[in-house]
Amino acid sequence: MTETMTMAKALNEGMRAAMAADGKVLLMGEDIGPLGGVFRVTEGLQAEFGENRVLDTPLAESGIVGTAIGLAMSGFRPVCEIQFDGFIFPGFDQITSQLAKLTARHEGTLQMPVVIRVPYGGHIGAVEHHQESPEAYFAHTAGLRLLSPATPHDAYWMIQEAITSNDPVMFFEPKSRYWQKGEVDRESAGIAAHSSRVVRDGTEVTLVGHGAIVSMLLQAAELAAEEGTSVEVVDLRSLSPIDYGPIVASAQKTGRVVVVQEAPGNVSVGSEVAATVAERAFYSLEAPVLRVSGYDAPFPPAKLESVYLPSVDRILDAVDRALAY
Amino acid sequence: MSYTAATVQLLSPEGTLVHSDASEQYLPYIDKLSDDALQEFHRHMVVMRRFDIEAANLQRQGQLALWVPSHGQEAAQVGSALAAKPQDHLFPSYREHVIALMRGVDPITILSMFRGLSHGGWDPQEHDNFHLYTLVIGSQTLHATGYAMGMNLEGRAGTGNPDTDAAVMVYFGDGSTSQGDVSEAMVFAASYQTPQVFFLQNNHWAISVPVSRQSRTPLYLRGEGFGIPSVQIDGNDVLASFAVSKANLEAARAGEGPRFIEALTYRMGAHTTSDDPSKYRDNSELEFWAQRDPITRFDTYLRGRGASQAFFDEIAAEGDDLAADIRKRITELPVPASSTMFDNVYSDPHPLMDEQRTALADFEASFEEGN
Repeated sequence: MTETMTMAKALNEGMRAAMAADGKVLLMGEDIGPLGGVFRVTEGLQAEFGENRVLDTPLAESGIVGTAIGLAMSGFRPVCEIQFDGFIFPGFDQITSQLAKLTARHEGTLQMPVVIRVPYGGHIGAVEHHQESPEAYFAHTAGLRLLSPATPHDAYWMIQEAITSNDPVMFFEPKSRYWQKGEVDRESAGIAAHSSRVVRDGTEVTLVGHGAIVSMLLQAAELAAEEGTSVEVVDLRSLSPIDYGPIVASAQKTGRVVVVQEAPGNVSVGSEVAATVAERAFYSLEAPVLRVSGYDAPFPPAKLESVYLPSVDRILDAVDRALAY
Repeated sequence: MSYTAATVQLLSPEGTLVHSDASEQYLPYIDKLSDDALQEFHRHMVVMRRFDIEAANLQRQGQLALWVPSHGQEAAQVGSALAAKPQDHLFPSYREHVIALMRGVDPITILSMFRGLSHGGWDPQEHDNFHLYTLVIGSQTLHATGYAMGMNLEGRAGTGNPDTDAAVMVYFGDGSTSQGDVSEAMVFAASYQTPQVFFLQNNHWAISVPVSRQSRTPLYLRGEGFGIPSVQIDGNDVLASFAVSKANLEAARAGEGPRFIEALTYRMGAHTTSDDPSKYRDNSELEFWAQRDPITRFDTYLRGRGASQAFFDEIAAEGDDLAADIRKRITELPVPASSTMFDNVYSDPHPLMDEQRTALADFEASFEEGN
């Protein structure tokens, strides 16, 4: 049986289920208590589970991550909310130098089951530091796992997968999708850890993306179909590790791959996908793997975001360029 | 040198007990100590200094890539560590070698980090809750605070049962007080009223930068500024370190919230064996602190109480034995297998680690086949 709900609600329900299943799961972050977070993703959870399970913290990202590490050392499973993508950097040192490395430093005797939720990406018309896509910094760091759901159903299951992981998980939530509704099946078997997925079948070009971009890829595929081009769409879902199986299989089928992301393209997750497809599907490729990304400039003022971010037109342009080879 | 009337000192540099307004409330903790207990203080300090000298020698002889000396800071470390109970959790910086040994870490494990064989690797749960070294300055203060928050949530402090109530003690230095993490740790500790003692060893130098560059106010006042009861002690006085740590740990375990201790001490040696203090500090300063050496004054005190020469000979021999033991064992340590770099990066299975472990094994095997 499925229910229709927004991604924000699906995340809320996923965390509620995880908290009910395991008393060691704690939520911590700025404004997540009575307010329910600036995006209301934790709405009602403090009232339900109490102040000892949902901690409104001081306004200090390094403090949030650093104390979450200590809480994990003492047996808890903290789920931290970083209020906006651009505010994660004060916590960057604790994430990359400590959280990511502590299990290795302990030679396996210490697990670090910490989730860091990061609302990310543009399309909300916000001020500076509120629309960024910083996932590449973390995908580059050994010891972290990165997930990013594209639908409410995936969000419901993937947040639970993140919380039950014994490793640190950076959970990137596409904030422009928070209010989009979709079907959530709470009875399903969940989602295999770190699995990419073909979300639309096609034969001529493969589009690969994650998070908010996936719905744009589906839109582009629909428009391309009207022009007679058959486009396949793959949702990465996991940014580290990346499940290359479905991506490479799709590349071998279509011979043409376009990787799309909101993040700047230079040294990005999309770069890694493009390089790996080139290595593993070389003899199947009919065209170089192309990338459509945010430009390599700082995220511009909001009135320019639709120019800066990949659009359906830029994606279709790349599809045409791939087909031209 | 920043001692004031408020600085708690129980044993003067001349080795005599100090009765002052600042010391009065702490002297009862010392009165209860037997001669055997006091001699134990001295044993740890003397053996530690010998270990430290040997480790520096091993570095000079190429057996260690680096050594981080603790010469001069023995009293601050030994006194505070002896005040801790087994159930307390101690979070070190990276110079607390004697505390590691006191809490059951094999000295060779410490040295293996400086020989380039590990990044730590002991399990705190199996070593009297002595956590791993943290090399990024001040980061561990947040881990300690988070751990103490967990103790509060689980009711491991403040129950009134002295046998089980626990606290956290975190070690950090004067340089680290400039790091944001240390301030954030104090914000969180004060906010959540954690069962925790911040133990600052002010050794006056952050590599080449004097403490005057870090702060225009005595550092213990930083704690006060965050609403944490704070005290400054003579960190070269092992009795003050013990008594003040004990009093503050008791308060923390009892659920009275965090405490802050600034121990005034001095880094007699270099920051590390790669450092050259002659470039930035005067011998006169060194001389000042040599007059206040923690071991010399305690030696005088114990002899005044009638400790026998046999005791001093015995602990000197124990230090020599430890030095010989590490010298022998250091060269016997194996280099870990290449594949271990992929082990324990993650707790759960990870395809990239598996893939690269296999690729490296195949690559290495290709040379063996070539032979």
